[in-house]
Amino acid sequence: MTNLTDLGVADIRDGVAAGTFSARDVATAFNAAVEQGRALNAWLVETPDHALVAADAADAARASGDLKPLSGVPLGIKDLFCTKGVETTAASGMLKGFVPPYESTVSGKLLNAGAGMLGKLNMDQFAMGSSNETSAFGNVVSPWKRNDGGNAALAPGGSSGGSSAAVSARMAPGATGTDTGGSIRQPAAFTGISGIKPTYGRCSRWGTIAFASSLDQAGPMARDVRDCAILLEAMSGFDAKDATSLDLPVPAWEKGLSADLKGKRVGVPKEYRVDGMPPEIEALWQQGIAYMKDAGAEIVEVSLPHTKYALPTYYIIAPAEASSNLARYDGVRYGLRDLPDGANLQEMYAATRADGFGAEVKRRIMVGTYVLSAGFYDAYFTKAQKVRALIVRDFEHAFTQCDVLLTPTAPSAAFGLGEKSDDPLAMYLNDVFTVPSSLAGLPAMSVPGGLDTQGLPLGLQIIGRALDEQGVLNAGLAIEERAGFTARPGQWW
Amino acid sequence: MSVDLATVRKIASLARIATSDAEAEALLPELNNILGWIEQLAQVDTTGVEPLAAVIPNHLRLREDKVTDGGIRDAVLANAPQAEHGFFAVPKVIE
Repeated sequence: MTNLTDLGVADIRDGVAAGTFSARDVATAFNAAVEQGRALNAWLVETPDHALVAADAADAARASGDLKPLSGVPLGIKDLFCTKGVETTAASGMLKGFVPPYESTVSGKLLNAGAGMLGKLNMDQFAMGSSNETSAFGNVVSPWKRNDGGNAALAPGGSSGGSSAAVSARMAPGATGTDTGGSIRQPAAFTGISGIKPTYGRCSRWGTIAFASSLDQAGPMARDVRDCAILLEAMSGFDAKDATSLDLPVPAWEKGLSADLKGKRVGVPKEYRVDGMPPEIEALWQQGIAYMKDAGAEIVEVSLPHTKYALPTYYIIAPAEASSNLARYDGVRYGLRDLPDGANLQEMYAATRADGFGAEVKRRIMVGTYVLSAGFYDAYFTKAQKVRALIVRDFEHAFTQCDVLLTPTAPSAAFGLGEKSDDPLAMYLNDVFTVPSSLAGLPAMSVPGGLDTQGLPLGLQIIGRALDEQGVLNAGLAIEERAGFTARPGQWW
Repeated sequence: MSVDLATVRKIASLARIATSDAEAEALLPELNNILGWIEQLAQVDTTGVEPLAAVIPNHLRLREDKVTDGGIRDAVLANAPQAEHGFFAVPKVIE
């Protein structure tokens, strides 16, 4: 019999519908995998009973003939999504013990579509990080190892590193992620899975703990493109509770999947060839270009001249928005309170925030406070908003010459835990290829392209026009079919 | 432009984050490193460019002016570190 934890979202959905296996068997198998995988520290809360209840509902729905789109599919939920009655901390000590009395729109949509919840997934604290090392509850360990015989623990990427590790290690067939500057795509690339960040506004931000509101977008992480399409369909849609939610119908992305790229033009932005990029990344990119040609696409070189300014722009805008969003953690309404003896209200705020936030969160709040402060606002924040406009224009111009863009997802394979954690700037540079499309709000996805010489996965990124998730998914499918990526981490845990 | 220790303390105070002298001194080079790096934006000619706030064109909606929520006091207070008599409790603010 098939190992149920090797199945993806579509296979589970279809197998439950056909009666090949029961949803309860699936949930039981994944619950066991979650338990067995504790060494990876991917889960902050395990909710096996939730998964079983949803599975029983799915089995009953099959018997009565009213299956829902995700009946029988158990998922991991990133801990940035508020889940009713289940502790939600954003991996920060600030929210230890916080039990939301409501469900985020995105997780609610998945559960209403019949999905079950296996648990809450570890992440970089408040989604600030690219390695998962800023979690207050210990970093996630990637299931992948280098093939050099060493035993170095590797980063699963971040901030959605619990999600990437769980899906890659077959502890969940799919998971939610969120992406502010690459937090879905970079961890997907590091662990050999797929993930898509949709157009800004496709997924409601309501009930998702805010980091940088003009950038934050939810999206799915799964083992293939079809599974991403299925999950994204369930997660997307208008929500009156989010002022930036797009009031547009959700396309039938799964039905629209096609790997035939005849008549499509694929842009290759020359500015993404950065100094010091390993030759393996360049080789992977060339391989991706070959796959696109083979799928019938025409390749065009395009220019995105402001690419090199995207990271500094992001590291003004995101911390500025974060300093504003995280002002809500004051020790009064929820979360941690630190009240030293005899302290007044202001001292309580300062002590609580000093205690509750991790070092990287404090760093970003401080940078954000500075760039928004009187006398510096125009020089930093307004300037960054203007450069952001130029970055958007670059993409608009490029998309007059092509339909999608193809780039590497990250400038390297997964790095070792601790290798970059002492140098914030080195860590920020890891997002060089993912941040520009975040600033422009464009749909973008990472799919596995191959392995490097150390046996680690490398990802290719496709960026599309606003609202053209279908074009992105289709180009991703064309790569997936040609790359034939079947590598998986050996089970050492 | 680089910041000095007094500025670091001022930022920390504005951000309401208690910071010891040792922490402020450790933050100083870190913040200057980051600020020095973002400074490169000054090279970009943005003459005549409007600052961008909303990335995907969307219109701000108005909804009907009616109450859609409320009457859930206990749920609102359920996660408070200290709730008393149906209120959030804080240290005394007025002597």
